[in-house]
Amino acid sequence: MGGMLAAGLTAGGPAFGAGQDPALPQRGGRIRVAGMSSSTADTLDPAKGALSTDYARHYMFYSGLTRYRADLSAEPALAETLESDDRILWRAVLRTGVTFHDGKPLSPQDVVYSLMRHQDPATASKVRTIADQFRRVTVSGSNEVTIELTGPNADLPAILADSHFLIVQDGTADFRQAIGTGPYRCTSFQPGIATIAARNENYWVEGRPYLDGIELLGIPDEVSRVNALLSGDVHLVNAVNPRSARRIEASLGHRVLETKSGLYTNLIMRQDALPTRDPDFVLAMKFLFNRELVRRTLYRNYATIANDQPIPPGSPYYLADLPQRPYDPDRAGFHLRKAGLAGARLPVYASPAADGSVDMASMLQEFAAQAGLHLAVNRVPADGYWSTHWMKHPLGFGNTNPRPTADMLFSLFYKSDAPWNESGWRNEQFDQLLLAARGERDEARRRQMYGDMQVLVHDHCGVGIPVFISSLDGYDQRLKGLGSIPIGGLMGYSFAEHVWWEG
Amino acid sequence: MAHGSPRNRSGIAAAGRLILRRLGSALLTLLLVSLVVFTISALLPGDAAEETLGQSATPEAVAALRHQMGLDQPAHLRYVRWLGGMIKGDPGQSLVANMPVGQVIAGRLPNSLTLAGLTAAVAIPLALAIGILSALYRDTGLDRALNLMTLGMVAVPEFLVATIAVLVFSVTLRWLPSITVVREGIGWAEMLRGYAMPVMTLACVTVAQMARMTRAAVIDQLSRPYVEMALLKGLSPSRVVLVHVLPNAVAPIVNAMALSLSYLLGGAVIVETIFNYPGIASLMVNAVTSRDMPLLQACAMIFCVAYLLLMLAADVCAILANPRLRGQ
Repeated sequence: MGGMLAAGLTAGGPAFGAGQDPALPQRGGRIRVAGMSSSTADTLDPAKGALSTDYARHYMFYSGLTRYRADLSAEPALAETLESDDRILWRAVLRTGVTFHDGKPLSPQDVVYSLMRHQDPATASKVRTIADQFRRVTVSGSNEVTIELTGPNADLPAILADSHFLIVQDGTADFRQAIGTGPYRCTSFQPGIATIAARNENYWVEGRPYLDGIELLGIPDEVSRVNALLSGDVHLVNAVNPRSARRIEASLGHRVLETKSGLYTNLIMRQDALPTRDPDFVLAMKFLFNRELVRRTLYRNYATIANDQPIPPGSPYYLADLPQRPYDPDRAGFHLRKAGLAGARLPVYASPAADGSVDMASMLQEFAAQAGLHLAVNRVPADGYWSTHWMKHPLGFGNTNPRPTADMLFSLFYKSDAPWNESGWRNEQFDQLLLAARGERDEARRRQMYGDMQVLVHDHCGVGIPVFISSLDGYDQRLKGLGSIPIGGLMGYSFAEHVWWEG
Repeated sequence: MAHGSPRNRSGIAAAGRLILRRLGSALLTLLLVSLVVFTISALLPGDAAEETLGQSATPEAVAALRHQMGLDQPAHLRYVRWLGGMIKGDPGQSLVANMPVGQVIAGRLPNSLTLAGLTAAVAIPLALAIGILSALYRDTGLDRALNLMTLGMVAVPEFLVATIAVLVFSVTLRWLPSITVVREGIGWAEMLRGYAMPVMTLACVTVAQMARMTRAAVIDQLSRPYVEMALLKGLSPSRVVLVHVLPNAVAPIVNAMALSLSYLLGGAVIVETIFNYPGIASLMVNAVTSRDMPLLQACAMIFCVAYLLLMLAADVCAILANPRLRGQ
């Protein structure tokens, strides 16, 4: 692993869906796909992508320098190689013969523009904080780009596979059209209504994509989305509720695809407020999560037990040796008494915006009462939750989408000065480990560092993570080639280039 | 005095005066509504910049986007600027969709009008027939059955009607599509199949009110002496109802229809959600959740104008149809 990373990207790696579909992919056919969001905020600008349907749309029309494999490692895409000796200065050699949908050839200048535009506040990029680590991106040859980082980061290849960093044409500011190098051309885009895509005959992967066309809709109402699948009006949907999974499995010709992801809903105990900053209170709450019950009743077993740290099993740096924290009302009671909080009353904020948090809060309320703590569940509307409630109460809930690398997750949500350091915890040792791990060349030591960070979060951070929530897709069985890329549903949003139709 | 009878002319003059007066008050209403919508939506937590950035709203990012959207200016200034644009006929730029509000609405309004028009074409004749029939045969078995049916339709919420219809006709029988897809160049048969369930659901909700009102108005007229007179003269009951009773009963009926029709535009949000129909009601909900003020204002204005126009049309109809009001 270490050698491979030092060498940068190499071709090959695990193939998607191999073994599931031994038949050769067929060409042709049109499918209709329904995502979970649809609004006037729908966009063709990769930098502004906010929701799953946006990501899926962007992966249809654009390609990145790299793309994800099934284990979230990166493989070459528009960059034939992406290499670095010191993990600060990265050299990307671009694939030749790639053209945009308007016929213009891909140039290094397009890459420079696509990466640096995130730093311009006017772009309103969702990944500006990540892009801030690009000190300089320059054209260093007729076919070559050099990316200089502000500090070492071995994960750059994985970061660049993210949909926000897909490559657009130099100078593009108006995104009413999508001119990319992706597997499909955009023939029609109406925000809040539909996106229609047709095969890009000049796609840079030989023989792909397979489908003639895709119509991407957003059906925000989950019941309607599942009904549309079951009635044959759409052929692939994402964000299936675990409660609907049985309905889909019961239907002839339809299946559910579970993708075990790093998505979690977490309890936030602010470290700048009383009594939630008390380490005993934090431990008590973590002991009060009945994780087994959450997994079984809330998610019908479509979830994985978590251990109060954000790295999911399946990630290369997951620390399997960390003892699982059990549900233990006696120890919770002990810590509550030690904190002097036996018999106290405390409000907890939950919202449908953070998936499952209202039910989790009710469960906590029940178990906390047995341990001598009275929680008052304040259920607040999803509308405006992130701007008005999230991280603003001593005790509340958050929800974090999967991130491709451990570094990204820790940097965005757990570093002391991270913008979304949800519990506001400060741990110098953690920060030092995080920075050191980015530049560490020895893979065994790097793994050790990420392990230590998981222990620190598990023991001290004011964040309780009960389970990792699986992402569920429903699909028509005539749709083949669908697999899992655990960054999210719809095959990590990039189904479009992989699937084919046997109708 | 060269054309028509004096009575007709005075009826038209009365209608003309009414229209003029109503137009004046409509402008004032619109102004007040826009002010109220603007004020109330300003009380909502968060603004368009925060909602757009969502979870990833860092203070600098929000500030930059606010500046870009012009949200860093004081509220009253934004309102005055919006009003100025509106007077010139420009509803402004959508903050979230990055295109003119007019263009966003142009993609949705025809859909809503089509749905409302089709529903009205089904619901109005049906409601009139049910209302008149149950009035003519009042207190018989037929009347009671029709009563039970209409009351039942009012009582069942539309999401239930729609969901059950989808389960039966789409998922189980597979006769009709579960979502209504609007596309250019779609055939008639395909279009009718797509609209069948949304129209049926909306008709269920609106028919009842109109039918009940028709029944009440017709029964009220049937007890009047002139009806007895007409019957004694030997006119057939159908002629009495259609020629003599209906024109007198038209005012409350048309009023109920106008109310129902205005509901079809703005109140169709549940049907639009279930059938994933891109209409203007869900657009407005969208505008609220994304805090897209210009778009929200434009939607509010459209609903308000539609309501006022329908009410005006109902009153004008009532004046022109009723011989006695015409004379006033």
